[in-house]
Amino acid sequence: MAGSTPASLSAETPAPVAAARSTPRFSPAADAWRRFRRHRLAVVSLGVLATLILAILLGPLIWRVPINEIDFAAKLQGPSLKHPLGTDDLGQDLLARLLYGGRISLAVGLAAMVVAVSVGVLVGAIAGMASGRVDAALMWLTDLFLSLPQLPLLLLVIYLFRDKLKGVMGAEGGTFLLIILIIGGLRWMPVARLVRAQFLSLREKEFVEAARALGASRSRLVVRHILPNALGPVIVAGTIDVAAAILAESTLSFLGLGFPPDIPTWGRVLFDAKDYLDIAPHWALFPGAAIFLAVLTINFIGDGLRDALDPRRVIG
Amino acid sequence: MSRQYLIRRLLIAIPALFGISVVLFGVLAMAPGDPFEELATNPAVPPEVRQALRAKFGLDDPIWQRYLHWLWAMLQGDWGFSFTSRMDVDTLILQRLPTTLIVIGSSQIIAIIIAIPIGVLAATKPYSVFDQIANTIAFIGFSLPTFFTGLLLILLFSIQLDWLPFVYRADIPGSGLPWLWEHIKQSIMPVMVLGLFQGASLVRYVRSAVLDVIKLDYVTTARSKGIGERKVITKHVVRNALIPVVTLVALQMPIVFGGAIVTEQIFRVPGIGSLLISAMLSNDTPVVMGVTFVFACLVILFNLIADILYGWLDPRIAFR
Repeated sequence: MAGSTPASLSAETPAPVAAARSTPRFSPAADAWRRFRRHRLAVVSLGVLATLILAILLGPLIWRVPINEIDFAAKLQGPSLKHPLGTDDLGQDLLARLLYGGRISLAVGLAAMVVAVSVGVLVGAIAGMASGRVDAALMWLTDLFLSLPQLPLLLLVIYLFRDKLKGVMGAEGGTFLLIILIIGGLRWMPVARLVRAQFLSLREKEFVEAARALGASRSRLVVRHILPNALGPVIVAGTIDVAAAILAESTLSFLGLGFPPDIPTWGRVLFDAKDYLDIAPHWALFPGAAIFLAVLTINFIGDGLRDALDPRRVIG
Repeated sequence: MSRQYLIRRLLIAIPALFGISVVLFGVLAMAPGDPFEELATNPAVPPEVRQALRAKFGLDDPIWQRYLHWLWAMLQGDWGFSFTSRMDVDTLILQRLPTTLIVIGSSQIIAIIIAIPIGVLAATKPYSVFDQIANTIAFIGFSLPTFFTGLLLILLFSIQLDWLPFVYRADIPGSGLPWLWEHIKQSIMPVMVLGLFQGASLVRYVRSAVLDVIKLDYVTTARSKGIGERKVITKHVVRNALIPVVTLVALQMPIVFGGAIVTEQIFRVPGIGSLLISAMLSNDTPVVMGVTFVFACLVILFNLIADILYGWLDPRIAFR
């Protein structure tokens, strides 16, 4: 540029402006957001989920009823002004319990997703880069895990390790850690397969070859060049994993093998409520609806993200 | 389908079974707690007796020896003794297994009956109003947890309308048609809960499988020959589209078993799922291990069936 004459510079500058005006340019993120917005249900879900999360985070600050205040005079009451979602068999306020339990349910979902995605990305990346015998062995392991009966195994591990961990880390922390590790540890396989497939195709692309020719180390190739390009489908899978993990935790708690009774996660409240269906249906309906709403909105958001991020699925 | 393909598939199933047994045994071996812990704290039992007992049951052997020992016992059907039910674990499981298989089998049939027509119709008119409604309902269907649908159905059909019993009874008296009717009546809700959940996720698979096939050249050829649209869809498209769906049905089996455990627990169906939960709540480890092992074997069996069916339906696979 230093050597060019002023005349040519002034002749060049207007051109990009005109081009920008006729076809607006988007950053990849803005482009993804534009495609995401087309999925109407995903946008609505995003709003609903955001409201739900806000309520769970800020609700306990506004609704200051303690979750374990026992009041036998008010037991099994339906919704009223004093207890907007009614009370349970000990007269505890359901709104306060559901707000508190929602924190744990969502935290389990997010943490288990982080475990699943980390393990999946690690296994998939190693398999995709190594190829040969390591790849074959890792894929055999992935297939083996895919054909494990998930829920029975989940129940088995919790059954065998529950008491030990409780002793070491306390009831709440121990159960939380165990549940996220197990749920995450049984859900990494789809991510691993996705990442491996992406790696296999990406590592042969020209831009990777160019980086390699410039002397980029193997780890730099993976972290800076291949992984960012493989991330789209992983984000989609991770989103859906959050929903699946919330479902798994609720299922465990519903079977009476998840969190202890003093930690009212949504599934646990449902477990306590199921024997009172005939006299206090509200007790079961509210936590069930909360689980359903969280899972449904996350699934829809995942679907919208797939349209936005997964290039294979983009139609127009 | 060649015999070679069959044998090769069977040979693949064996390492899978082996791998699963290693996982199961590993979990059991790593688990804290010693079966002779009580003896250790009991002052009436001298340490020498405890040592002798440990040696007798092979607890001090190296881990691979213990694994082989355990595997050999499992293969021989020697699965231990249930302390709460006072009978052998294998007889107990065999008693409960048919109920589970019937519930799972009929719910799968319901799921397929629902999913195939809806999925095919949605795919023939992609992005139409029908497609969008079907897609939305499918999303709701597999986002509704089975335990919640179960409770909703009980609330509606047993408590509000009083049409269906909500506790499953294995020992209904009587015989003939009334007896059969009672059995059907009590199975409707558990089967529907599982079937609707499965059907909802199948609809999407069927839809995308049909969409993959419907654009292929041979379908255009069939159309250009003047074959009616209905016949093109049923004879040419659906037949080929259903091949991957068969595999998906079998690959979903682990999830189906998870759903079966929950439904059996809600409706108190006396199958192996509710057996697993009650064994866990009463610390009956031999039963827990046995049922988990059965679930694992069933999953592998269904994967094997899926592959064999796949090779039979699509001969190109068998020659790969």
